[in-house]
Amino acid sequence: MSPSGTRLLPRDVPVQLLDEHGSLTKDADYPTPSMERMQQAYASLINGRRINDQCNALVRQGRLAVYPSSNGQEACQVAAALALSDGDWLFPTYRDSVSVITRGVAPEDAMVLLRGDWHSGYDPHEFGVAPQATPLATQLLHAVGFAQAAAYRNEPTVVLAMCGDGATSEGDFHEAMNFAAVFKLPVVFFVQNNEFAISVPLARQTAAPSLAHKAIGYGMPGQRVDGNDVAALLSVLEEAVDRGRRGEGPTLVEAHTYRMLAHTNADDDTRYREREEVQAWADRDPLTRVRSYLRAEGLLDDKAEEAMAETAEGIAAELRAAMNADPVLNPEELFAHVYAERPATLDAQWALLQDEIERTEARA
Amino acid sequence: MSTVTMNRRGAGTQAAPSVAAAAGSGSPTTPAASPASDPTADAALQPKVTHVVETMTMAAALNRALSDALTADDRVLIFGEDVGALGGVFRITDGLNARFGEKRCFDTPLAESGIVGTAVGMAMNGLIPVVEMQFDAFALPAFEQVVSHVAKLGNRTRGAVRMPMVIRIPFGGGIGGVEHHCDSSETYYAHTPGLTVVTPSTPQDAYSLLRAAIESPDPVVFMEPKKLYWSKGVVDTSITADLRRASVIREGSDVTLISYGPSVSVALEAAEALADEGRSVQVVDVRTLTPFDDQTVMDAVRSTGRAVVIAEAPGFVSVASEIQARVSEQCFEYLEAPVRRVTGFDTPFASPKFEHWYLPDVDRVLDAIDSLHWED
Repeated sequence: MSPSGTRLLPRDVPVQLLDEHGSLTKDADYPTPSMERMQQAYASLINGRRINDQCNALVRQGRLAVYPSSNGQEACQVAAALALSDGDWLFPTYRDSVSVITRGVAPEDAMVLLRGDWHSGYDPHEFGVAPQATPLATQLLHAVGFAQAAAYRNEPTVVLAMCGDGATSEGDFHEAMNFAAVFKLPVVFFVQNNEFAISVPLARQTAAPSLAHKAIGYGMPGQRVDGNDVAALLSVLEEAVDRGRRGEGPTLVEAHTYRMLAHTNADDDTRYREREEVQAWADRDPLTRVRSYLRAEGLLDDKAEEAMAETAEGIAAELRAAMNADPVLNPEELFAHVYAERPATLDAQWALLQDEIERTEARA
Repeated sequence: MSTVTMNRRGAGTQAAPSVAAAAGSGSPTTPAASPASDPTADAALQPKVTHVVETMTMAAALNRALSDALTADDRVLIFGEDVGALGGVFRITDGLNARFGEKRCFDTPLAESGIVGTAVGMAMNGLIPVVEMQFDAFALPAFEQVVSHVAKLGNRTRGAVRMPMVIRIPFGGGIGGVEHHCDSSETYYAHTPGLTVVTPSTPQDAYSLLRAAIESPDPVVFMEPKKLYWSKGVVDTSITADLRRASVIREGSDVTLISYGPSVSVALEAAEALADEGRSVQVVDVRTLTPFDDQTVMDAVRSTGRAVVIAEAPGFVSVASEIQARVSEQCFEYLEAPVRRVTGFDTPFASPKFEHWYLPDVDRVLDAIDSLHWED
């Protein structure tokens, strides 16, 4: 226990509320989410998996430039979004598209970055979702500053910032944790430890007993949670969000999960991991255990499952249609947003490009 | 000194430490908890910026600009390392913590990326952070945040997110500082689209440009020439500056010296020296390195037909070489001679006892002017 009475050290074994067979395991500290919450989470998981599968297919069809899939990590994705309230903010990475979509961003708008039309396809203020960050850990500092601005105005905003295990080695990860703790800000640092940073395994990122253990050095609580258990994720993240809302400062949550596919389509994961290892994690799929639980409890029947599958299929179809349509690009947009008001230097360059385009069209 | 009081309450030095009212600031994000933000209060009774006309150092002018910005807009926050009780190692934030309180001006953990990165989040969330990087070379850990996020977030989000923030960086030599304390890093920032890079050369510009930088919807890297911190001049705080305008600061008809920040004083000295020899020298202070004001600079060069660019930074791939290229491209038919550059050498900044050999001085500028194909 810390002097203030808050337990800072994470547990030795990650928090789990639903075991791999879908049986409920009670926990003294973390309540089981309500039945409605579990049903909602399951529906979101179904959508998330379908989106991941659809996006992988779109990469193969050349419709997406790249897709860093969160296949296998959908429980983390869904829980991160569902743990937040409307006025809260999510700071996602490039792998967190399913979280972004679960927060309400239209799938085709979330894919704009990965398709390559533009860098961010949605208005962050509309959804409380920052642009997806590509450099590692830099967005954690933005999350901290965002929370600091909210605290300055006494607003109840809580900010959840996502990163992977590789990002915990970056300087900005440490600076963000330290700033948030020193200024006691309502930030939840949510690490999806999926065991690999592209090809580099966790053992090469850290010598700590767990990533959650890093929290104690900054004076904030850290907790470990089964990253394929959406019930435990919801409960642990909601407690961390509540803690921030109560003015008790930041929390570090480490989810133990696994990236079932390669880093992106450009990566060959057979070069750095054995198929047996991947298969072992397939048996811990985040969707299967909730499904088993809900079915055993009589909270999910064939009809409900069909309806969920149909909804997910609808999302996928809409996404396919949007990605198959060729986007109309306006070349002037190259210059339009660099500064709030376009400077003369860029006016001149737009004139140059415009002339080039006109001459090309005249020749065609 | 004359003090023009624009405020019914009296002298600006007694301005209340509380935040200003929303009135006038146009802020959609006025703190609900602040007693001063009570919308029913008489706006005229709220603390206002008072205008003064006074001789002061550049350091004092910058301090005054920060203080006036804090008074004018409650979205402005000042933070960095040692900016609180100490008032900054150059005392630019002197007294602000005491006057405006810990919420408005505060010390952070010692981490430059953290300072700039959290400022990004604050700017996303409706504030106007003004951060201090203690010395030029110590800003480098924050470089990724500046280049990848500060400069690009407006563009990445098609204007949905703007970055109204100011990063103050003392730069340049001439103070006998040891290594990492005297670098000229402006080219790195000027090379980055999305940033506005500004450097003043007088106390008046220091005040007016810093106020304009804080009011800009775009992020501004504000480079403070540290050798000029103690230079004095009259400052009229009612004078506003256009962030995108260079300034012809000395009229002349024979040759145009183009300079910025710490080198402007060298250009002026050279102009003065040549005046004694009967040569009429024009001096342009670029002030905003990017976006670059081609019009003012090119008009000036066309009026004389000769140009020398003066800057402290190493000349290779520098702001000075960019200006030289632009002048060559846009004024070729007006030029009587090739455009010359007088810059620092392409070496790391010199140790204190070497710096007088390194820094571009008046003699080097005069030699460059002498080489401009004069017919007389």
